[in-house]
Amino acid sequence: MQLVFEKSVSGKRGYRNPASDVGHLASIPGKYQREQECGLPEVSELDVVRHFTLLSQQNFSVDTQFYPLGSCTMKYNPKFTERIAQMPEFAGLHPLLPQLKQGEKLAQGALEVLYEMEQLLCAITGMDNFTMQPLAGAHGELTGVMMMAAYHKAKGNKKKYIIIPDSAHGTNPATAAIAGYEIISVPSDKHGVMSLDELKKNLSDEVAGLMITCPDTHGIFHSQIDEIARLVHSVDGLMYYDGANLNAVLGRFRPGDVGFDVMHINLHKTFSTPHGGGGPGSGPVGVTKKLVPYLPVSRVIKRADGTCALNYDYPDSIGYIASFYGNFGIILRAYAYILLLGKEGLKETTDHAVLNANYIRGRLKDHFELAYDRLCMHEAVFSASRQAKRGVHALDIAKFLIDEGIHPPTVYFPLTVKESIMVEPTESESRQTIDHFIEVMLKIDELSKTQPEAVTDRPRSTPVSRPDEVKAARDVNTNYFGKG
Amino acid sequence: MASFIANTPADVEAMLKTIGVSSIDELFADIKRSHAPKSFNIPAGKSEFEVTGHIARLAAKNAAGLIPFIGGGYYDHFIPAAVTALISRGEFATAYTPYQPECSQGTLQALYEYQSAVCTLTGMEVTNASLYDGGTALYEAAMMAARLTGRHKIIMDGGVSPIYRKILKTYTSNLHYEFTETPVVHGQSDRGQIMKLLDNDTAAVILQNPNFFGAIDDHADIAAKAHEQGALVIQSIYPVALGLLKTPGEMDVDIVTGEGQSLGLPLNFGGPYLGIIATRKKFIRAMPGRIVGQTVDKNGKRCFVNTLQAREQHIRREKATSNICTNVSLCAVQSLIYMSLLGKEGLKELAQLNLDKAEFARREIEKVPGVAVKRSSPTFNEFTVVLPKDASRVVEAMIAKGFAAGFPLGQYYPGMENYMIVAVTEKRTKEEILAYVKSLKEILCN
Repeated sequence: MQLVFEKSVSGKRGYRNPASDVGHLASIPGKYQREQECGLPEVSELDVVRHFTLLSQQNFSVDTQFYPLGSCTMKYNPKFTERIAQMPEFAGLHPLLPQLKQGEKLAQGALEVLYEMEQLLCAITGMDNFTMQPLAGAHGELTGVMMMAAYHKAKGNKKKYIIIPDSAHGTNPATAAIAGYEIISVPSDKHGVMSLDELKKNLSDEVAGLMITCPDTHGIFHSQIDEIARLVHSVDGLMYYDGANLNAVLGRFRPGDVGFDVMHINLHKTFSTPHGGGGPGSGPVGVTKKLVPYLPVSRVIKRADGTCALNYDYPDSIGYIASFYGNFGIILRAYAYILLLGKEGLKETTDHAVLNANYIRGRLKDHFELAYDRLCMHEAVFSASRQAKRGVHALDIAKFLIDEGIHPPTVYFPLTVKESIMVEPTESESRQTIDHFIEVMLKIDELSKTQPEAVTDRPRSTPVSRPDEVKAARDVNTNYFGKG
Repeated sequence: MASFIANTPADVEAMLKTIGVSSIDELFADIKRSHAPKSFNIPAGKSEFEVTGHIARLAAKNAAGLIPFIGGGYYDHFIPAAVTALISRGEFATAYTPYQPECSQGTLQALYEYQSAVCTLTGMEVTNASLYDGGTALYEAAMMAARLTGRHKIIMDGGVSPIYRKILKTYTSNLHYEFTETPVVHGQSDRGQIMKLLDNDTAAVILQNPNFFGAIDDHADIAAKAHEQGALVIQSIYPVALGLLKTPGEMDVDIVTGEGQSLGLPLNFGGPYLGIIATRKKFIRAMPGRIVGQTVDKNGKRCFVNTLQAREQHIRREKATSNICTNVSLCAVQSLIYMSLLGKEGLKELAQLNLDKAEFARREIEKVPGVAVKRSSPTFNEFTVVLPKDASRVVEAMIAKGFAAGFPLGQYYPGMENYMIVAVTEKRTKEEILAYVKSLKEILCN
């Protein structure tokens, strides 16, 4: 498809500015003016509408396809939350208003949403307080680890390391490193969870804490999580819960109940806000009492008269981690989603997410090797190693699925599993949709035995097939205007 | 009440049988009974009708009717309907990170076009597919400069948004950076001080254009001096202003950051916004975040992929350039749609309209007895007003008259209690500006 810039015709306009009702009064002095012409395209409104509509149709999405991308929780994003997010009283609200004198009155509804959401997340996770500010999961991780550092600094602890299981998302070690820590990576045991023996070997007084996803990226819940917490606390380490997989435990498990001190939630995963082709997300962070003093400012408080306000007066706070109060538009959608589902709906969500994943596991396990042959939680991790021996790799399977109208599962992650295929169906998919996926997977397995080239020659139905990624990285072209 | 479950009871029964368990509870055997929630106090579910009503009642508690003259880096610009309609398409909104390029060409091509638009707007060679927002983008730029130079000193102009400066301090508090803030002189960067501080330990000088007080500047001289010392220059920008203003590329700036909210995104009480970062091609591997590149497919057809991923956390883990994973792709595409509708002439006109409206407001406000408008340096659509009394009280009184009159500076700049910054976008009409001035006069003269 042509680029929007290639559709440009000099003199075309897609939007007309209003005429000035004050006349022409000012010019930018010459030395401050831009000299080079800006190359934005000149296209009509219809050109723009058609261009972006056609582009959008080149995407797979939850609205159009089954999207079992493991670790990403691609559930259905209900439409009513979109309408709520567009309410002009929220969408048009300027973030500096509550910082004016008596300004909290101007944003009372928005502040109440933030406060109520904090309360709901505390109830869901068993934490004592939340900040809604972090703008994505990884941003939440950084906020959490900085609070851990502030805690150790205040206590005079000399800490150097953060322990992270080898099955963790890449954001965990990246975050800990950016916050100034060294990483100790601990391997999984034969059951697919972090090895307790290896953990013990690596524990020392220099350990600031442990970051763990539970269930982990193998889709397995660590049944000895309480013992892990006891061990980490024994060296005054802190327990960080990566909430990426929270969809697996709603109403079944709360991190705060077993000794986690700090956690983040990806609202765009568990609480169903649209992933947007890679964001915006939202990564609120919860803490138990010992970390509350370090929460970033501002904090939303509720006064005796029931009104909400912002408070900046926390001397031990780590400070500002974002410009304002979080990705409010995302928080608002997630708030509406939680209210709609309620207690039973949340629990049912988890139950069916786990049921669907185990159903896939159960029906495919005789054909695709399981990373760990046991019940799973919200995602089932397979290895295509058997098929790979026949010349059909995980990547080939992914591309074949595209031709069948299914977005591929996550492949080659977690790194701990060879030829990994990580399937997360979520609760919003029906048995019928899942059966179709299973049948396609069975067909792939069969073809890998009889006619492997029928799988490896894919996809055929898409506008492009097997892009040359090496060329992309070697002949870097990231800008139409040709300089880079 | 409602949840988005699609399995019928008959499905559940059949599925449990396939799995070989007798109940859903059995699937959770790894969670010990002693680990069951101590409580789960969530209200019962409600219907869509009820939730929408509840949130509409909360919405009504916000002051929606105020006429905004408040900016501070976040501006009330008009958003054409086509922007909202196109960005609401489920194919954009409910897709994820384009890991599988064959079924994500829509997002990938749009992000390549976004990158191209940002490059031509800023006069820079390369950019990425977005960061979270303008404030965190500035932090990422500072870290990038420190990595590139291997140095630890950062000079920060006092005209950089005080909010951004606070964010930077938080993130670097445990790391070994040395910040020096230089004051603003006559509204602009204090060249004398900056030049004096620049030495061969300096990683970067951080500037903003227009700055927080609304003043515009040409930082080419600072860039030249910084480069002599081997330091980099980071400039935070306001994209709409670049319809007219000298670009950071023309000033030889090394890393550009910016808040992209003004490019077709609603104010949304602080987010989601759009973090812009752009730089020189030679620094591309030190830049954080996802980058989309052009390539060809196996049949030689042009297509787009995520590229240079070896910088990123999912590959490099603790050695990554940043921990960023999810960014704000949808907001980037939204800004691209907006920029495409405006086009090069439309953006220029829009900037001129902002300039003219602000000049009109400036002239009218100046006529109010006891009020001064700072004119020591040229401005774009925001300017500094000195009031005869505490600006926060004046702004409070103006709210009663229906105006968000500006942002008082005292809270972030001690000693400037009588100052406020006033922003005037293309949406403000002559009538609104005159009514604003009339109200201001009433408040100050009574």
